[in-house]
Amino acid sequence: MPVIDVRNFRKEYGATVAAADVTFSVERGEIFGILGPNGAGKSTTVEAIAGLRKPDGGTIDVLGRKPADPALRRLVGVQLQESELPDRMTVREALELFSAFYPDPIDWHELVRDLGLGEKLKTKFGKLSGGQKQRLSIALALIGRPEVAILDELTTGLDPQSRRDTWDLIEGIRDRGVTVLLVTHFMEEAERLCDRIAVIDHGTVIALDTPAGLVARVSTEQRIRFRPSAPLNEKLLTDLPEVREVRRHGPSVEVIGTGGLLQAVTSVLATHQIIAADLRLEQASLDDAFVQLTGRPAED
Amino acid sequence: MHAFTKLTVSEFRLLLREPVLAFFGLLFPALLVAILGSIPVMREPSPEIGGLRVIDLYVPIALVLSIASLGLQGMPQILGTYRERGVLRRMATTPASPVMMLGAQVTTAALTSIGAGLLALLVGRIAFDVSFPRSPFVYLVSFLLCAAAVFAIGLFVAAVAPSGKAANGIGMALFFPLMFFAGLWTPREAMPGWLQRIGELTPVGAGQAAIQAASVGDWPPPQCVIALLAYLGIFSYGAVKFFRWS
Repeated sequence: MPVIDVRNFRKEYGATVAAADVTFSVERGEIFGILGPNGAGKSTTVEAIAGLRKPDGGTIDVLGRKPADPALRRLVGVQLQESELPDRMTVREALELFSAFYPDPIDWHELVRDLGLGEKLKTKFGKLSGGQKQRLSIALALIGRPEVAILDELTTGLDPQSRRDTWDLIEGIRDRGVTVLLVTHFMEEAERLCDRIAVIDHGTVIALDTPAGLVARVSTEQRIRFRPSAPLNEKLLTDLPEVREVRRHGPSVEVIGTGGLLQAVTSVLATHQIIAADLRLEQASLDDAFVQLTGRPAED
Repeated sequence: MHAFTKLTVSEFRLLLREPVLAFFGLLFPALLVAILGSIPVMREPSPEIGGLRVIDLYVPIALVLSIASLGLQGMPQILGTYRERGVLRRMATTPASPVMMLGAQVTTAALTSIGAGLLALLVGRIAFDVSFPRSPFVYLVSFLLCAAAVFAIGLFVAAVAPSGKAANGIGMALFFPLMFFAGLWTPREAMPGWLQRIGELTPVGAGQAAIQAASVGDWPPPQCVIALLAYLGIFSYGAVKFFRWS
């Protein structure tokens, strides 16, 4: 049984359709990503899963229950966008207060150290930086030992180092068996963390696959760039069935093709005793896949 | 229960860190009694108000002032801001429901106003020989009934106001006229009769009248009790019906 099962979810605000028809399911123990441009319906979908919004159509099940079921509040940890704490509450007070909400909270000291908030326990929420608020919010989502963690824009506002630390932390909680639903618009984050990704645009799931699967789906094309150690007859390369096109950039050669391109090119070069200096293989990234699927880049 | 206690303690701590609210909700009533009591004319019995001294009337007024500050200024502002900034939404995703937050707000305000009332009573008793209430039980019930009615109005304002700022504005706009009818500027006993009649039907004025009656050992006027119960019923129903969490 999937941990989260969303079927034909629909949500409208007046004339605006925030989610038209969203269907996906998340299996136990995976990190499932929801990727999509701004306004695609990502947050609406996770807020409905978190029980904060009532679907206008379709069904959602979380751990076999309806999202509004109060029993889920204990089992699902949520980190939301634009949801804050009172300005005058300190970090320690927030952690202690949220601990009291749950029957079996974790010892938050280690978590807070991992998140780099150890020095900030006496600081009031209003005095924290955006990144620190974000990290506290992550800590509060995990404090009740959830079976499912819903994290909306996990690392927005974090510096690159904190972002990487946070990724390690999320991998750590997945390794302890927590199922993670992650909303993001960072390709690097999705590629690094997610086992599977649903790409949402205009309120529907337009693709659902592993990160590698998404990349392979949009493009099987590869590019090799190198500097040949001796003059190179282009025909040697264009005759190969794997090669589609050869371009010259000054002393460098760029070969575009598919399949076992690298293998084919390097063996031809070896046969003619040409050494390929500064050899680089470029493959399509999740970024390229995203642009091709949605027709626009993820980041503004 | 543990979560509720913790949340209430937390809300109380936050209230104490809000200097304006903490001052007006907790300390100002006692201060008002101290300041007015130090004016000699306030300590002279006056036949116009039934042989009482003005300071005797001001202790109940100080009590309802604390209730009104907390209920009409504090609650709409705090809850409006919490809603605007997603604090209530955040709570809604934890086992502590936002209803628990409303309960914690009401409990915090009630305990704070009881504290403020005790301080004002003590200052009046010790410094100016204002006697303790003759009917302590009726006094306490009147006080709690007034607090419940005014807090219900505060929750209703928090429920229907479109933003934290608006909630704050509406609360202030109610605070001053309602405190006028409770006699903050001129004790009700010194008002013309028709104005007193109106005042007895306003939430803070009715509360003040009931408390004043209990302090001299009388039963609260029935129209005051009915008015308070009506406010409590109508506005708590409205608050529950219209409250939005986000």
